[in-house]
Amino acid sequence: MTLAVFFGCAFIAFGPSFSLFVFTVAKDPLRVIILIAGAFFWLLSLLLSSLVWFIAVKASNSQDLGLQRGLLMFGVFFSVLLQEVFRFVYYRLLRKANEGLAAISDDDGSAISVRQMAYVAGLGFGIMSGAFSMINVLSDSLGPGTVGIFGDSQYYFITAGELLQSLMETPSHFKVQFSPLTMAFTLINCCLLIVSKVVVKSRYCVGLEMQNMVMKNMCFISTNKQPIC
Amino acid sequence: MNTSDSEEDSYNERSALVQCESPTIPSYNQDHDMSLPQETDTKRRRPVSSGLDEPGPVERERASTPDGEEEELTLKYGAKHVIMLFIPVTLCMVVVVATIKSVSFYTEKTSQRLIYTPFEEDPNSVGQRLLNSLLNTMVMISVIVVMTIILVVLYKYRCYKFIHGWLILSSLMLLFWFSFMYLGEVFKTYNVAMDYPTLVMIIWNFGVVGMICIHWKGPLRLQQAYLIVISALMALIFIKYLPEWSAWVILGAISIYDLIAVLCPKGPLRMLVETAQERNEPIFPALIYSSAMVWMVGMADSSNPDSADERQRNEGGALAQEGVESEDDATQGGRRRYSAEEDLEEDRGVKLGLGDFIFYSVLVGKAATTGGDWNTTLACFVAILIGLCLTLLLLAIFKKALPALPISITFGLVFYFSTDNLVRPFMDSLAAHQYYI
Repeated sequence: MTLAVFFGCAFIAFGPSFSLFVFTVAKDPLRVIILIAGAFFWLLSLLLSSLVWFIAVKASNSQDLGLQRGLLMFGVFFSVLLQEVFRFVYYRLLRKANEGLAAISDDDGSAISVRQMAYVAGLGFGIMSGAFSMINVLSDSLGPGTVGIFGDSQYYFITAGELLQSLMETPSHFKVQFSPLTMAFTLINCCLLIVSKVVVKSRYCVGLEMQNMVMKNMCFISTNKQPIC
Repeated sequence: MNTSDSEEDSYNERSALVQCESPTIPSYNQDHDMSLPQETDTKRRRPVSSGLDEPGPVERERASTPDGEEEELTLKYGAKHVIMLFIPVTLCMVVVVATIKSVSFYTEKTSQRLIYTPFEEDPNSVGQRLLNSLLNTMVMISVIVVMTIILVVLYKYRCYKFIHGWLILSSLMLLFWFSFMYLGEVFKTYNVAMDYPTLVMIIWNFGVVGMICIHWKGPLRLQQAYLIVISALMALIFIKYLPEWSAWVILGAISIYDLIAVLCPKGPLRMLVETAQERNEPIFPALIYSSAMVWMVGMADSSNPDSADERQRNEGGALAQEGVESEDDATQGGRRRYSAEEDLEEDRGVKLGLGDFIFYSVLVGKAATTGGDWNTTLACFVAILIGLCLTLLLLAIFKKALPALPISITFGLVFYFSTDNLVRPFMDSLAAHQYYI
């Protein structure tokens, strides 16, 4: 049963992005490189934000649970902020590299358009973010275990697939989540964000940024206030 | 069981040529006499394959800025070559991580150690442990340095037979003994019943085909697969037998050594690569993973050894220069035309030393061993790939042999330690509170 859970949740989580990867990215080496570099930049942002959180935690009183929770919220907020910053930085880097390449190769123009780059970069960010959220849970689900052991709904996983926009987590002992869809949402958002930087004025971009951050921080609004041990 | 010397030799000679990569760019920047006919050969191959009666495009091609075309070719070849290396490195790492996670043999700590890391790490005292791991590293690095220098000296004085014998012995050991061990452990893990005659058949076939593919001729993909497999086997041995802290310090030290050995003018690896380039010989196939086809390999009609390959192409190029195909060179011309289409796409591949594969896999394998956290493994994997990408970018810019270890291993180490100590608590508390970022 655990194998079924593992495969089912893995496919739900990574199915769309994997198929996007296979059908659009895998054929072109440049896109693969941009994807992996996008994953790297997300990782960098996570690293820096967890460094900040770690320092804050070490400098504070570890017994005070409320403070710890507050620090965690701050950590999440800062992490999201940093992710956006790194997204922007990566976008600028790609733009510069693209301009450089276009300048060098005289006849063709650049090998890849800005929109494709934005899409692939967003996919990279999203895949990495989803992977970091999911992989440990997936590997744990391979071990012995039963869903709904604490009386929670066993239709949890399936309903997880329905809601595209939601970041909510229905309470359950198992944490198989909507993060794949979160990821899809994120990456689409990311691409739109980047493309919007090309096309539209800055006010729209700021609005998009705010929406992105609000969406991510919605995870704080959870019906289950108790941490899962 | 202390592994014998030849196993370490095999590792050493792979690390000896660890990080050498020959330039990826078709000879535009080689300033040897071979380059000119080859250059015009490459440039003329396009009109040759399309038709011999147009001197116009050839002139235009000649007149166009060589730099612009060169840079565009750089980009076109660059991204493809990066992927041609990503795939084998990824495969090697996947094999190692899959083995580590499933077969517990390679993560069981035994009291046996390699003779190259003689100092035992005492888990109780931090200072003593650190000191011992530093001493182990010094022993290991000096062994590697000595072996590399011996190899370079042998190569310089043309003792090819000795080197070949050494390589054959070490790949024999890897292909037969280590794969037998590996298969045995896999069978034990999955509780598969196996009898000795079948096992002997399997190992015998595997080993003999491997020896033929690596040291003689064989299909390119099979040769690449075997090189990946032996790198993975070697990496698994290192993961098992190197003590914890020593492994990390050794990884750091060997990337520093790599930097010195390849870039310093008197560095052994640099001398090796330069000597090989002067003599216009390929470096031994058992030590280098090559991603593109030397088109003579595996062809039934080829009777010339590899070193004559380039002469062949140059002759073909000279013929094309005159725009005439002589009748008595019809067969050569046929072969040349075939090679023209073949080589248009993949004129030069990228070469990566097997030691690079081994150490990348050691890093990722150790990340998979300690902690059991998949995030760390994934982070190291991405870091190594990005390091490799940057190295290849530098290779495209500088166009000479570069060490492949330093950047990747630095990124890998930084990401391992930071993910393990900083990101893991963060992600764990996030997961406990069900926050997602």
